Amino acid sequence: MAAHMDIPPSRLMRLLQLGDGASALRAGSIWQCVSCQTCATRCPKKVDCAAVMDALRQLAFERGAASPGERRTVLFQRAFLDNIRRNGRLNEIELIGAFKGMVFLRDRSLPFLFRDAGLAPRLQKRRKLHLLGEKARDRGVVARIFARAGYGGAQ
Amino acid sequence: MNLGYYPGCALHGSSNDYEQSLRACLGALDVTLAEIDDWICCGATSAHSLNHKLAIALPARNLALAHRQGHAEMLAPCPMCSMQLLRAAQAMASDHGLRAEISEMVEAEVNSGPRVLNLIQVFQHVGLDKLKAAVRTPLKDLKPACYYGCLLVRPPTVVDFDDAEQPTSMEAIVAALGAKPVEWSYKTECCGAGMTMSKTETVLELSGRILANAAAHGANCLVVACPMCHVNLDMKQGAIEEFLGTKFGLPIYYLSDIVGMALGLSAGDLGTDRHFVLGGQN
Repeated sequence: MAAHMDIPPSRLMRLLQLGDGASALRAGSIWQCVSCQTCATRCPKKVDCAAVMDALRQLAFERGAASPGERRTVLFQRAFLDNIRRNGRLNEIELIGAFKGMVFLRDRSLPFLFRDAGLAPRLQKRRKLHLLGEKARDRGVVARIFARAGYGGAQ
Repeated sequence: MNLGYYPGCALHGSSNDYEQSLRACLGALDVTLAEIDDWICCGATSAHSLNHKLAIALPARNLALAHRQGHAEMLAPCPMCSMQLLRAAQAMASDHGLRAEISEMVEAEVNSGPRVLNLIQVFQHVGLDKLKAAVRTPLKDLKPACYYGCLLVRPPTVVDFDDAEQPTSMEAIVAALGAKPVEWSYKTECCGAGMTMSKTETVLELSGRILANAAAHGANCLVVACPMCHVNLDMKQGAIEEFLGTKFGLPIYYLSDIVGMALGLSAGDLGTDRHFVLGGQN
Protein backbone atom coordinates (compact mmCIF):
# COMPACT_ATOMS: atom_id res chain seq x y z
CA MET A 1 0.00 0.00 0.00
CA ALA A 2 2.82 2.40 0.85
CA ALA A 3 3.48 3.00 -2.87
CA HIS A 4 0.17 4.88 -3.15
CA MET A 5 0.54 6.99 -0.05
CA ASP A 6 1.29 10.72 0.07
CA ILE A 7 3.19 10.15 3.33
CA PRO A 8 4.16 6.48 3.86
CA PRO A 9 4.30 4.96 7.37
CA SER A 10 8.06 5.45 7.81
CA ARG A 11 7.78 9.20 7.13
CA LEU A 12 4.66 9.50 9.27
CA MET A 13 6.59 8.05 12.23
CA ARG A 14 9.39 10.56 11.57
CA LEU A 15 6.93 13.47 11.46
CA LEU A 16 5.62 12.41 14.87
CA GLN A 17 9.15 12.07 16.28
CA LEU A 18 9.80 15.62 15.09
CA GLY A 19 6.64 16.81 16.80
CA ASP A 20 4.73 17.68 13.64
CA GLY A 21 1.46 15.99 14.60
CA ALA A 22 -0.59 18.48 12.60
CA SER A 23 0.94 17.33 9.28
CA ALA A 24 0.50 13.69 10.26
CA LEU A 25 -3.19 14.23 11.07
CA ARG A 26 -3.80 15.84 7.66
CA ALA A 27 -2.09 13.03 5.74
CA GLY A 28 -4.25 11.20 3.22
CA SER A 29 -2.26 8.04 3.89
CA ILE A 30 -3.83 7.42 7.29
CA TRP A 31 -7.13 6.81 5.43
CA GLN A 32 -5.51 4.98 2.51
CA CYS A 33 -4.05 2.49 5.00
CA VAL A 34 -5.91 -0.84 4.83
CA SER A 35 -4.80 -1.95 8.33
CA CYS A 36 -3.03 -5.00 6.89
CA GLN A 37 -0.60 -4.91 9.86
CA THR A 38 2.41 -5.53 7.60
CA CYS A 39 4.30 -2.42 8.79
CA ALA A 40 3.89 -3.36 12.46
CA THR A 41 4.89 -6.97 11.74
CA ARG A 42 8.06 -6.06 9.85
CA CYS A 43 9.35 -2.98 11.69
CA PRO A 44 12.88 -3.86 12.86
CA LYS A 45 12.49 -1.41 15.76
CA LYS A 46 9.16 -2.96 16.78
CA VAL A 47 7.24 0.26 16.31
CA ASP A 48 3.52 -0.59 16.15
CA CYS A 49 2.91 1.66 13.13
CA ALA A 50 -0.57 0.18 12.60
CA ALA A 51 -1.60 1.24 16.11
CA VAL A 52 -0.16 4.70 15.49
CA MET A 53 -2.26 4.86 12.30
CA ASP A 54 -5.35 4.02 14.37
CA ALA A 55 -4.52 6.74 16.89
CA LEU A 56 -4.00 9.29 14.10
CA ARG A 57 -7.32 8.34 12.47
CA GLN A 58 -9.21 8.68 15.73
CA LEU A 59 -7.66 12.09 16.48
CA ALA A 60 -8.19 13.36 12.92
CA PHE A 61 -11.82 12.19 13.07
CA GLU A 62 -12.55 13.73 16.46
CA ARG A 63 -10.93 17.04 15.53
CA GLY A 64 -12.48 17.20 12.09
CA ALA A 65 -8.97 17.38 10.62
CA ALA A 66 -9.17 14.45 8.20
CA SER A 67 -7.80 14.98 4.70
CA PRO A 68 -10.66 16.27 2.48
CA GLY A 69 -9.43 14.03 -0.34
CA GLU A 70 -10.16 10.93 1.76
CA ARG A 71 -13.60 11.99 2.97
CA ARG A 72 -15.32 8.95 1.47
CA THR A 73 -13.37 6.55 3.64
CA VAL A 74 -14.09 8.59 6.77
CA LEU A 75 -17.78 8.65 5.89
CA PHE A 76 -17.79 4.90 5.32
CA GLN A 77 -16.27 4.17 8.73
CA ARG A 78 -18.76 6.52 10.33
CA ALA A 79 -21.74 5.00 8.50
CA PHE A 80 -20.56 1.56 9.62
CA LEU A 81 -20.36 2.52 13.30
CA ASP A 82 -23.66 4.42 13.20
CA ASN A 83 -25.22 1.25 11.80
CA ILE A 84 -23.81 -0.94 14.58
CA ARG A 85 -24.89 1.56 17.22
CA ARG A 86 -28.47 1.30 15.92
CA ASN A 87 -28.71 -2.43 15.16
CA GLY A 88 -26.02 -4.18 17.20
CA ARG A 89 -25.16 -6.11 14.03
CA LEU A 90 -24.33 -4.82 10.57
CA ASN A 91 -27.21 -4.30 8.18
CA GLU A 92 -25.45 -4.26 4.80
CA ILE A 93 -28.23 -2.71 2.75
CA GLU A 94 -28.79 0.05 5.27
CA LEU A 95 -25.02 0.68 5.41
CA ILE A 96 -24.70 0.98 1.64
CA GLY A 97 -27.72 3.27 1.50
CA ALA A 98 -26.46 5.51 4.31
CA PHE A 99 -22.91 5.64 2.95
CA LYS A 100 -23.96 6.42 -0.64
CA GLY A 101 -26.41 9.02 0.64
CA MET A 102 -23.75 10.75 2.76
CA VAL A 103 -21.28 10.80 -0.14
CA PHE A 104 -23.91 12.10 -2.55
CA LEU A 105 -24.80 14.98 -0.22
CA ARG A 106 -21.13 15.99 -0.26
CA ASP A 107 -20.08 15.55 -3.87
CA ARG A 108 -23.30 15.05 -5.89
CA SER A 109 -21.65 12.30 -7.94
CA LEU A 110 -24.34 10.27 -9.68
CA PRO A 111 -21.91 7.65 -11.09
CA PHE A 112 -20.70 6.89 -7.55
CA LEU A 113 -24.27 6.75 -6.26
CA PHE A 114 -25.21 4.05 -8.76
CA ARG A 115 -21.85 2.34 -9.24
CA ASP A 116 -22.70 -0.91 -7.43
CA ALA A 117 -26.42 -0.98 -8.24
CA GLY A 118 -25.89 -3.80 -10.75
CA LEU A 119 -24.59 -6.04 -7.99
CA ALA A 120 -27.89 -6.19 -6.12
CA PRO A 121 -29.74 -8.56 -8.49
CA ARG A 122 -26.63 -10.74 -8.82
CA LEU A 123 -26.39 -11.03 -5.02
CA GLN A 124 -30.13 -11.63 -4.81
CA LYS A 125 -29.86 -14.49 -7.28
CA ARG A 126 -27.25 -16.11 -5.02
CA ARG A 127 -29.40 -15.63 -1.91
CA LYS A 128 -26.76 -13.31 -0.47
CA LEU A 129 -28.96 -10.25 -0.04
CA HIS A 130 -30.83 -9.78 3.24
CA LEU A 131 -33.36 -7.05 2.79
CA LEU A 132 -34.32 -6.81 6.45
CA GLY A 133 -30.97 -7.67 8.03
CA GLU A 134 -30.44 -8.91 11.57
CA LYS A 135 -30.55 -7.01 14.81
CA ALA A 136 -29.19 -7.85 18.23
CA ARG A 137 -31.99 -8.23 20.82
CA ASP A 138 -30.39 -6.07 23.50
CA ARG A 139 -29.77 -2.94 21.46
CA GLY A 140 -30.05 -0.80 24.56
CA VAL A 141 -26.75 -2.09 25.88
CA VAL A 142 -25.11 -1.48 22.50
CA ALA A 143 -26.22 2.14 22.52
CA ARG A 144 -24.95 2.55 26.10
CA ILE A 145 -21.55 1.04 25.17
CA PHE A 146 -21.24 3.58 22.32
CA ALA A 147 -22.20 6.44 24.66
CA ARG A 148 -19.69 5.35 27.32
CA ALA A 149 -16.97 5.10 24.67
CA GLY A 150 -17.66 8.73 23.81
CA TYR A 151 -18.63 7.95 20.22
CA GLY A 152 -20.85 10.71 19.03
CA GLY A 153 -20.53 10.30 15.28
CA ALA A 154 -18.81 13.72 15.15
CA GLN A 155 -17.66 15.46 11.94
CA MET B 1 -16.17 -31.57 19.67
CA ASN B 2 -18.41 -28.77 20.94
CA LEU B 3 -17.49 -25.18 20.20
CA GLY B 4 -18.99 -21.80 20.87
CA TYR B 5 -19.59 -20.02 17.59
CA TYR B 6 -19.26 -16.32 16.86
CA PRO B 7 -20.41 -15.91 13.24
CA GLY B 8 -19.90 -12.16 12.99
CA CYS B 9 -21.89 -9.92 10.66
CA ALA B 10 -20.42 -11.07 7.34
CA LEU B 11 -21.41 -14.72 7.79
CA HIS B 12 -24.98 -13.66 8.56
CA GLY B 13 -24.93 -11.22 5.65
CA SER B 14 -23.63 -11.54 2.11
CA SER B 15 -21.04 -14.18 3.12
CA ASN B 16 -23.75 -16.61 4.23
CA ASP B 17 -22.24 -19.13 1.81
CA TYR B 18 -19.24 -19.32 4.19
CA GLU B 19 -21.53 -20.17 7.12
CA GLN B 20 -23.38 -22.78 5.04
CA SER B 21 -20.06 -24.33 4.03
CA LEU B 22 -18.50 -24.54 7.47
CA ARG B 23 -21.69 -25.80 9.10
CA ALA B 24 -22.02 -28.59 6.51
CA CYS B 25 -18.35 -29.48 6.66
CA LEU B 26 -17.89 -29.37 10.45
CA GLY B 27 -21.19 -31.19 10.93
CA ALA B 28 -19.82 -34.08 8.84
CA LEU B 29 -16.78 -34.14 11.16
CA ASP B 30 -18.89 -34.24 14.35
CA VAL B 31 -18.00 -30.71 15.39
CA THR B 32 -21.08 -29.03 16.84
CA LEU B 33 -21.37 -25.27 16.92
CA ALA B 34 -23.38 -23.38 19.54
CA GLU B 35 -23.95 -19.82 18.39
CA ILE B 36 -23.28 -17.19 21.07
CA ASP B 37 -26.70 -15.92 22.08
CA ASP B 38 -27.28 -12.25 21.27
CA TRP B 39 -23.73 -11.61 19.98
CA ILE B 40 -22.98 -8.13 18.63
CA CYS B 41 -20.63 -6.82 15.92
CA CYS B 42 -16.91 -6.73 16.79
CA GLY B 43 -16.64 -3.20 15.39
CA ALA B 44 -14.17 -4.27 12.71
CA THR B 45 -11.90 -1.72 11.00
CA SER B 46 -14.34 1.11 11.64
CA ALA B 47 -14.12 0.78 15.43
CA HIS B 48 -10.34 0.50 15.62
CA SER B 49 -10.03 3.42 13.20
CA LEU B 50 -12.38 5.83 14.93
CA ASN B 51 -12.69 4.85 18.58
CA HIS B 52 -10.14 2.78 20.49
CA LYS B 53 -12.46 2.13 23.46
CA LEU B 54 -15.16 0.70 21.21
CA ALA B 55 -12.61 -1.54 19.52
CA ILE B 56 -12.02 -3.22 22.88
CA ALA B 57 -15.53 -2.99 24.35
CA LEU B 58 -17.48 -4.50 21.42
CA PRO B 59 -15.38 -7.70 21.24
CA ALA B 60 -15.23 -7.79 25.06
CA ARG B 61 -19.03 -7.93 25.32
CA ASN B 62 -18.94 -11.03 23.08
CA LEU B 63 -16.16 -12.66 25.10
CA ALA B 64 -18.18 -12.07 28.26
CA LEU B 65 -21.36 -13.51 26.71
CA ALA B 66 -19.48 -16.59 25.48
CA HIS B 67 -17.97 -17.15 28.90
CA ARG B 68 -21.33 -16.68 30.61
CA GLN B 69 -22.84 -19.22 28.20
CA GLY B 70 -20.22 -21.76 29.26
CA HIS B 71 -17.88 -21.86 26.27
CA ALA B 72 -14.20 -22.61 26.86
CA GLU B 73 -13.44 -22.43 23.13
CA MET B 74 -15.09 -20.38 20.44
CA LEU B 75 -14.78 -20.45 16.65
CA ALA B 76 -14.61 -17.03 14.98
CA PRO B 77 -14.35 -17.90 11.26
CA CYS B 78 -13.84 -14.29 10.18
CA PRO B 79 -10.20 -13.26 10.81
CA MET B 80 -11.25 -9.64 11.38
CA CYS B 81 -13.51 -10.77 14.23
CA SER B 82 -11.01 -13.25 15.64
CA MET B 83 -8.18 -10.72 15.60
CA GLN B 84 -10.37 -8.12 17.33
CA LEU B 85 -11.49 -10.67 19.95
CA LEU B 86 -7.90 -11.74 20.59
CA ARG B 87 -6.66 -8.15 20.76
CA ALA B 88 -9.32 -7.19 23.30
CA ALA B 89 -8.61 -10.30 25.40
CA GLN B 90 -4.88 -9.54 25.30
CA ALA B 91 -5.32 -5.88 26.27
CA MET B 92 -7.46 -6.84 29.28
CA ALA B 93 -5.30 -9.78 30.36
CA SER B 94 -2.39 -7.49 31.11
CA ASP B 95 -4.38 -4.62 32.58
CA HIS B 96 -6.82 -5.39 35.40
CA GLY B 97 -7.93 -1.79 35.65
CA LEU B 98 -8.94 -1.85 32.00
CA ARG B 99 -10.76 -5.16 32.49
CA ALA B 100 -12.80 -3.74 35.35
CA GLU B 101 -13.59 -0.60 33.37
CA ILE B 102 -14.63 -2.54 30.27
CA SER B 103 -16.73 -4.99 32.32
CA GLU B 104 -18.69 -2.06 33.66
CA MET B 105 -18.94 -0.50 30.24
CA VAL B 106 -20.35 -3.64 28.58
CA GLU B 107 -22.52 -4.61 31.58
CA ALA B 108 -21.04 -8.09 31.75
CA GLU B 109 -18.11 -9.52 33.67
CA VAL B 110 -15.17 -10.04 31.30
CA ASN B 111 -13.03 -13.04 32.33
CA SER B 112 -9.98 -14.60 30.80
CA GLY B 113 -11.82 -17.00 28.48
CA PRO B 114 -12.87 -18.32 26.09
CA ARG B 115 -10.06 -19.35 23.77
CA VAL B 116 -10.72 -17.92 20.29
CA LEU B 117 -10.05 -20.21 17.31
CA ASN B 118 -9.89 -19.52 13.58
CA LEU B 119 -11.21 -22.08 11.09
CA ILE B 120 -7.78 -23.55 10.31
CA GLN B 121 -7.24 -24.25 14.01
CA VAL B 122 -10.53 -26.14 14.19
CA PHE B 123 -9.37 -28.47 11.40
CA GLN B 124 -6.04 -28.88 13.21
CA HIS B 125 -8.07 -29.73 16.31
CA VAL B 126 -9.97 -32.39 14.36
CA GLY B 127 -6.57 -33.71 13.25
CA LEU B 128 -5.00 -34.36 9.85
CA ASP B 129 -5.17 -38.14 10.37
CA LYS B 130 -8.90 -38.04 11.00
CA LEU B 131 -9.38 -35.77 7.98
CA LYS B 132 -7.34 -38.10 5.78
CA ALA B 133 -9.35 -41.10 6.95
CA ALA B 134 -12.63 -39.28 6.19
CA VAL B 135 -11.73 -38.45 2.56
CA ARG B 136 -14.19 -39.99 0.09
CA THR B 137 -13.25 -37.97 -2.98
CA PRO B 138 -9.49 -37.26 -3.12
CA LEU B 139 -8.94 -33.82 -4.69
CA LYS B 140 -6.19 -34.96 -7.05
CA ASP B 141 -6.99 -32.44 -9.81
CA LEU B 142 -6.95 -29.47 -7.47
CA LYS B 143 -3.90 -27.18 -7.46
CA PRO B 144 -4.87 -24.53 -4.95
CA ALA B 145 -3.00 -21.39 -4.01
CA CYS B 146 -3.59 -21.16 -0.25
CA TYR B 147 -4.22 -17.52 0.52
CA TYR B 148 -4.01 -16.33 4.14
CA GLY B 149 -4.30 -12.59 3.67
CA CYS B 150 -3.59 -10.34 6.63
CA LEU B 151 -5.30 -11.06 9.88
CA LEU B 152 -5.02 -14.84 10.15
CA VAL B 153 -1.30 -14.36 10.74
CA ARG B 154 -0.86 -10.67 11.57
CA PRO B 155 -0.02 -9.09 13.86
CA PRO B 156 1.84 -12.13 15.25
CA THR B 157 1.98 -10.56 18.72
CA VAL B 158 -1.82 -10.74 18.82
CA VAL B 159 -2.89 -13.76 16.78
CA ASP B 160 0.14 -15.96 17.48
CA PHE B 161 -0.73 -18.37 14.66
CA ASP B 162 1.50 -20.09 12.08
CA ASP B 163 4.37 -18.11 10.48
CA ALA B 164 3.56 -14.47 9.75
CA GLU B 165 5.54 -14.43 6.47
CA GLN B 166 5.50 -18.05 5.25
CA PRO B 167 2.47 -19.81 6.72
CA THR B 168 1.91 -23.47 5.74
CA SER B 169 -1.02 -24.66 7.88
CA MET B 170 -3.60 -24.56 5.07
CA GLU B 171 -1.22 -26.34 2.67
CA ALA B 172 -0.90 -29.19 5.18
CA ILE B 173 -4.69 -29.55 5.30
CA VAL B 174 -5.33 -29.43 1.55
CA ALA B 175 -2.41 -31.84 0.92
CA ALA B 176 -3.98 -34.30 3.37
CA LEU B 177 -7.08 -34.22 1.14
CA GLY B 178 -5.08 -35.20 -1.95
CA ALA B 179 -4.78 -31.71 -3.49
CA LYS B 180 -1.45 -30.31 -4.71
CA PRO B 181 -0.98 -26.82 -3.25
CA VAL B 182 1.25 -24.55 -5.36
CA GLU B 183 4.20 -22.54 -4.11
CA TRP B 184 3.54 -18.86 -4.71
CA SER B 185 4.51 -15.41 -3.50
CA TYR B 186 1.33 -13.62 -2.39
CA LYS B 187 0.08 -15.80 0.48
CA THR B 188 -0.01 -12.96 2.99
CA GLU B 189 -0.44 -9.88 0.79
CA CYS B 190 -3.54 -7.78 1.46
CA CYS B 191 -6.60 -8.04 -0.85
CA GLY B 192 -7.79 -4.53 0.01
CA ALA B 193 -10.04 -5.76 2.79
CA GLY B 194 -12.85 -3.41 3.82
CA MET B 195 -12.08 -0.84 1.11
CA THR B 196 -14.48 -2.64 -1.28
CA MET B 197 -17.03 0.17 -1.05
CA SER B 198 -15.04 3.30 -0.32
CA LYS B 199 -11.88 2.74 -2.38
CA THR B 200 -12.78 0.14 -4.97
CA GLU B 201 -9.72 0.81 -7.14
CA THR B 202 -7.45 -0.20 -4.25
CA VAL B 203 -9.22 -3.55 -4.07
CA LEU B 204 -9.08 -4.10 -7.84
CA GLU B 205 -5.35 -3.47 -7.89
CA LEU B 206 -4.35 -5.45 -4.78
CA SER B 207 -6.66 -8.39 -5.45
CA GLY B 208 -5.66 -8.38 -9.11
CA ARG B 209 -2.02 -8.91 -8.16
CA ILE B 210 -2.97 -11.84 -5.94
CA LEU B 211 -4.97 -13.56 -8.69
CA ALA B 212 -2.20 -12.90 -11.25
CA ASN B 213 0.48 -14.36 -9.00
CA ALA B 214 -1.60 -17.45 -8.21
CA ALA B 215 -2.25 -18.02 -11.93
CA ALA B 216 1.43 -17.51 -12.80
CA HIS B 217 2.38 -20.24 -10.35
CA GLY B 218 0.00 -22.75 -11.89
CA ALA B 219 -2.88 -22.60 -9.41
CA ASN B 220 -6.32 -23.64 -10.67
CA CYS B 221 -8.14 -22.19 -7.66
CA LEU B 222 -7.54 -20.24 -4.44
CA VAL B 223 -8.38 -21.31 -0.91
CA VAL B 224 -9.29 -18.68 1.69
CA ALA B 225 -10.49 -18.64 5.30
CA CYS B 226 -11.85 -15.09 5.36
CA PRO B 227 -15.17 -13.63 4.17
CA MET B 228 -13.64 -10.32 3.02
CA CYS B 229 -10.92 -12.07 0.99
CA HIS B 230 -13.67 -14.13 -0.64
CA VAL B 231 -15.76 -11.08 -1.54
CA ASN B 232 -12.79 -9.29 -3.07
CA LEU B 233 -11.42 -12.26 -5.01
CA ASP B 234 -14.71 -13.93 -6.02
CA MET B 235 -17.44 -11.30 -6.25
CA LYS B 236 -15.04 -8.67 -7.58
CA GLN B 237 -13.17 -11.01 -9.93
CA GLY B 238 -15.19 -9.88 -12.95
CA ALA B 239 -14.45 -6.23 -12.17
CA ILE B 240 -10.76 -7.07 -11.61
CA GLU B 241 -10.57 -8.82 -14.99
CA GLU B 242 -12.14 -5.78 -16.62
CA PHE B 243 -9.77 -3.44 -14.76
CA LEU B 244 -6.66 -5.41 -15.81
CA GLY B 245 -7.93 -6.43 -19.24
CA THR B 246 -7.25 -10.09 -18.57
CA LYS B 247 -9.16 -13.26 -17.73
CA PHE B 248 -8.54 -15.41 -14.63
CA GLY B 249 -11.63 -17.57 -14.15
CA LEU B 250 -10.19 -18.80 -10.84
CA PRO B 251 -12.74 -20.27 -8.42
CA ILE B 252 -12.25 -19.11 -4.83
CA TYR B 253 -13.03 -21.72 -2.20
CA TYR B 254 -13.38 -21.37 1.54
CA LEU B 255 -11.20 -23.89 3.33
CA SER B 256 -14.37 -25.63 4.51
CA ASP B 257 -15.50 -25.99 0.85
CA ILE B 258 -12.31 -27.86 0.04
CA VAL B 259 -12.55 -30.14 3.08
CA GLY B 260 -16.27 -30.64 2.42
CA MET B 261 -15.68 -31.61 -1.24
CA ALA B 262 -13.13 -34.21 -0.15
CA LEU B 263 -15.65 -35.56 2.36
CA GLY B 264 -18.08 -36.04 -0.52
CA LEU B 265 -20.42 -33.10 0.14
CA SER B 266 -22.09 -31.54 -2.89
CA ALA B 267 -21.95 -27.99 -4.21
CA GLY B 268 -25.51 -27.56 -2.99
CA ASP B 269 -24.57 -28.76 0.50
CA LEU B 270 -21.61 -26.39 0.70
CA GLY B 271 -23.04 -23.40 -1.15
CA THR B 272 -20.23 -23.29 -3.71
CA ASP B 273 -22.98 -23.07 -6.35
CA ARG B 274 -23.65 -19.59 -4.97
CA HIS B 275 -20.15 -18.27 -5.71
CA PHE B 276 -19.64 -15.83 -8.58
CA VAL B 277 -16.83 -17.81 -10.23
CA LEU B 278 -17.90 -21.44 -10.53
CA GLY B 279 -15.35 -24.24 -10.59
CA GLY B 280 -15.30 -27.57 -12.40
CA GLN B 281 -15.76 -29.32 -9.05
CA ASN B 282 -19.32 -28.13 -8.86
